Amino acid sequence: MAPGVFTKGLCGLHHRLVAAGYSCSGPLCASAAAVKTLPLQTDSTDVTDKILNLPLEMPDFFRLSELFSLKDLFDARVHLGHKKGCRHRLMEPYLFGSRLDQDIIDLDQTVEHLQSALNFTAHIAYRGGVILFVSRRRQFGHLVEITAQDCGEYAHTRYWQGGLLTNAPIQYGPGVRLPDLIVFLSTLNNVFQQHVGVRDAAKMNIPTVGLVDSNCNPSLVTYPVPGNDDTPAAMELYCRLFKMTINRAKDKRRQMELLRGLSAVGLTPGS
Amino acid sequence: MAASGGRTVGSFLWKCGNCCFNFNTVSSNLTCQVLSRQLCVSAVLHRKNLAAAGPEKFSEEFIKKQVEEFNIGKRHLANMMGEDPETFTQGDIDRSIAYLFPSGLFDKKAKPLMKHPDEVFPKQRAVQWGADGRPFHFLFYTGKQSYYTLMHDTFTKALAVEKHQDRLRGKGLFTQDTKQISLVGSRWLLKEELEELLVETISEHDYARFIQLMERLLSLPYCSVEEDFVQRYRRQLEIQSSKQQVQPLQYDQHGVAYSTGDGRRKTATGTVLLRDSSSGSISINGTNYVHYFPVLQDREQLMFPLHFMGVLGRFDMQCSVSGGGHSSQAGALRLAISRAMLSFLSEGQVETMRQAGLLTPDPRIKERKKPGQEGARRKFTWKKR
Repeated sequence: MAPGVFTKGLCGLHHRLVAAGYSCSGPLCASAAAVKTLPLQTDSTDVTDKILNLPLEMPDFFRLSELFSLKDLFDARVHLGHKKGCRHRLMEPYLFGSRLDQDIIDLDQTVEHLQSALNFTAHIAYRGGVILFVSRRRQFGHLVEITAQDCGEYAHTRYWQGGLLTNAPIQYGPGVRLPDLIVFLSTLNNVFQQHVGVRDAAKMNIPTVGLVDSNCNPSLVTYPVPGNDDTPAAMELYCRLFKMTINRAKDKRRQMELLRGLSAVGLTPGS
Repeated sequence: MAASGGRTVGSFLWKCGNCCFNFNTVSSNLTCQVLSRQLCVSAVLHRKNLAAAGPEKFSEEFIKKQVEEFNIGKRHLANMMGEDPETFTQGDIDRSIAYLFPSGLFDKKAKPLMKHPDEVFPKQRAVQWGADGRPFHFLFYTGKQSYYTLMHDTFTKALAVEKHQDRLRGKGLFTQDTKQISLVGSRWLLKEELEELLVETISEHDYARFIQLMERLLSLPYCSVEEDFVQRYRRQLEIQSSKQQVQPLQYDQHGVAYSTGDGRRKTATGTVLLRDSSSGSISINGTNYVHYFPVLQDREQLMFPLHFMGVLGRFDMQCSVSGGGHSSQAGALRLAISRAMLSFLSEGQVETMRQAGLLTPDPRIKERKKPGQEGARRKFTWKKR
């Protein structure tokens, strides 16, 4: 299931990348001139293609299954969901059961989903994509921002202005680049409704990785990861995992470039 | 643009509006009819939505060019005025421009000016992302990156202080009596000042949140570690001297102590010379005060400062007053007497006088007449029909 879903999500991105020569969200690349395709010679095109295609040939190129195990998830209390009354109907397939009215999330499924989500994130980071971490939980906002800063990616744990994704050229200026992946460390906002970003990302064709608790709606999220989003231990685990994945992917990219003898500046979308 | 014999639609439209859409129409009549359609485009399509464009944006090269031109122009101006171009300051520029281009206009902004482009063009943010499109700042996608960075940093510092406190508690060295940051004589940055600092607009709510967070940081006992950070967001209040400036006593040739004071009320100004003889004679503009102020109320006003301090018969006054009417003259003299008396009194008595309102100049003046009304307040007679 994982490879199939993963290639589906990555295909569109790959096409866009190859077409533009850079990671650039197609419809919003208002001034394509700003992100020019440099005249690459045939051999360096081959090398770049090889760099980009090599990770796609293996199921777990970045060896992310080493990063966590089911026991780690259990110790971080990822399996604890909300009470039966808060349960979302669409989360029922992901639940193992309920104990004294508290829902227990099936960690076997979580492991699979988390594996594929981390793999996808790693590939996006490898190709120099813009990753945006979103969470509207005030308890963990600072942690998420620190995580994003450490990875060299972006975070948004504040009030979400309506036109952020859908009205970006007006809000930021023409030629802005939208995120290539949005990671929701909590898909709910402060009033327990689905975060606007989930719907907007789906509108703008931006793939999402979302941590869905038992009271969340997983339908619009590309890579849902059923798990607990309320416990500090669980959140720290996730942040650590994402940070390690992204750093690993970027380091791998640098390594590959050095191996193939290409300079990092100018030819490749910064890693 | 070839304007041949007959006026074609194209050339007419070219003259009317700045549209360069169809050069084909600017040709002979024959070709006009054969080759091109007559395009009738209304002006609505060419109108620009100026409001949606926002404030005018200037590119980096434009500003740089302006700076170069300004510097060259400054040197030319210095040469014109016969000054040394190296040491030509902004003040010199202003004076030279005022001399060369004398303007009778009242509005300062309408007068010709020559200032450095950084002061003329509004500060703008440079492009926020690099060549590959990746934004430079990790909070770029929030929309208010400077403000949220500030909040993030403040919170980080608060956490660091709390961690420090916890460590001290663990070692058993935690005490409540630590050096506190002194906040006396300073105020928080205003919302406008903060906006200026961040080069970004913030809302009232955001500003309130920021102040709340800073107060929370200051509530921690060990916050003095972050004193520099906090002081960056505070401004010193101007120290207003609450004391009256008391003139020292002067002595004339006979050894009699005297002091002067002046006061104003409405349009009347008065000065008083107070002498510490035990006579108690009062003369105003050369005449006796009873003759000058026939009205009892005016004489009461004159006497009140002395009566209040209980020194009625002690001083000898020589007053001069001009302007206003009798009441305002009396008020002016009262203030003048109170100010002159300060030199003779102790600090406690000065404070008593201040609290009695004797030292406060009366700010009331005649209210202006408004158009559409008979006077300042009186309206014209209202007629129902």
